[in-house]
Amino acid sequence: MMIKRIKNLFISALIITLISTAGLKASEECFEGVSRSIFKFNMVFDDIILEPIAKGYSKLPEPIKAGTGNFTSNVATLLSIPNSLLQGNIKQVGHATGSFFINSTVGILGFFNPAEKIGLKPHREDVGQTLGKYGFGPGCYFVLPVLGPTTARDSIGLIADSFIDPFAHVTIQEKELFGMSGNSLDYFSVKSTTAVDFRSDNITNFESLEKNSIDLYSSLKSIYLQDRENKIKNSTDAQDDWGNLDN
Amino acid sequence: MKKLSILFFLFIFNFYTYAIPYSTEPQEFVNELVNDAINKLSDKNLTSEEKSKYIEKIAIENVDIKALSLYTLGELRKSSEKKDLKNYQIAFEKYFLKSLTSRLSDYSSSKFEVTDFEKKSVNYTIVNSKVTPGEGDPQIKIDWRVYTKQKDKPLIRDLIVEGLSLARTQKEEFASILSSNNGDINILIKKLDEFSKK
Repeated sequence: MMIKRIKNLFISALIITLISTAGLKASEECFEGVSRSIFKFNMVFDDIILEPIAKGYSKLPEPIKAGTGNFTSNVATLLSIPNSLLQGNIKQVGHATGSFFINSTVGILGFFNPAEKIGLKPHREDVGQTLGKYGFGPGCYFVLPVLGPTTARDSIGLIADSFIDPFAHVTIQEKELFGMSGNSLDYFSVKSTTAVDFRSDNITNFESLEKNSIDLYSSLKSIYLQDRENKIKNSTDAQDDWGNLDN
Repeated sequence: MKKLSILFFLFIFNFYTYAIPYSTEPQEFVNELVNDAINKLSDKNLTSEEKSKYIEKIAIENVDIKALSLYTLGELRKSSEKKDLKNYQIAFEKYFLKSLTSRLSDYSSSKFEVTDFEKKSVNYTIVNSKVTPGEGDPQIKIDWRVYTKQKDKPLIRDLIVEGLSLARTQKEEFASILSSNNGDINILIKKLDEFSKK
């Protein structure tokens, strides 16, 4: 009971702090010094734990890696369904719902992706993106321990995700849905596997970025902010800010 | 005989130093240029130094390094002194060529294919392509911002990898360095030089 109260108090304090900074531009930092220290910690965490596991994982046979990637993507689709609905994107609700049911059944718990073969390609949506669609700016930028880069809007979204994600509902909150339930361990196992799968897919990209950046913290900040903008727009068209740079 | 030797030498010299002619149509230009770079980088008969020299040469001829350097400097390009700007452009070119060679070497075993293109304006065409780094690896979508103001000489200004602009990333990285050093362009030049000498 006490822990629940402290948790609620912490979440409320975080939301108030973040809302008060929501008017800031994404390029502005909430607390750069602290974020840079956390970033250094995350890099050590990556060097010691995440990268070695991802390198080991990348040596697994291709069907196992593909199956694992499909499984975690299928679970993530559950969060996309309510968010697509909140964004009023009925086509995407259909794609996400259809994809989840086909892959969970015909695709054997999501290890295969037959839905893609029939043209169902759901976008990944979360509450941060939904808030972005509603016109909320990103607010200031900061780095979370282990979880990495975020903004005021996206961190509020991250907390809200755990309330509307059906998978979080049956695991973290240990509630029953369609006769299924799980526990926190299931939730964190799937999230950790998602992180390892992503890290493994990007071993060369990370190494190249690390090797060629003068300020890796700023490079990753830029990449994170661009990626979030694209996800909110559901487009990979980069903005044109070249102006009149004519030779 | 001596004259003939000189002529022969000049012919060979020109053969190696003359600009490599790529198509002037943006999509063919990108296709020919990238496949040329990938072929050279995967050529086992060439040393790493020869590969780097070749990549630098085609980059100097086909990438708008000057415009890229000004873009990445942001608003400071308007207020900087000419001398500082010149020094910055020299440092940027060395930095750019070194990082480009390093980045391309990381992806030398890739398969490359131009998929589409879109003419955005008289000055710009976006060429869409996809790269498959290795067997089983996920495909990467890369868009090329080609500057087409001079129709007979297209130039690459940006690479947009899965929607992430390399030029914008570079610009924001430099902005961060400048902001934590009171907008001192000389600190940025120093950091670029340090990178090039690594």
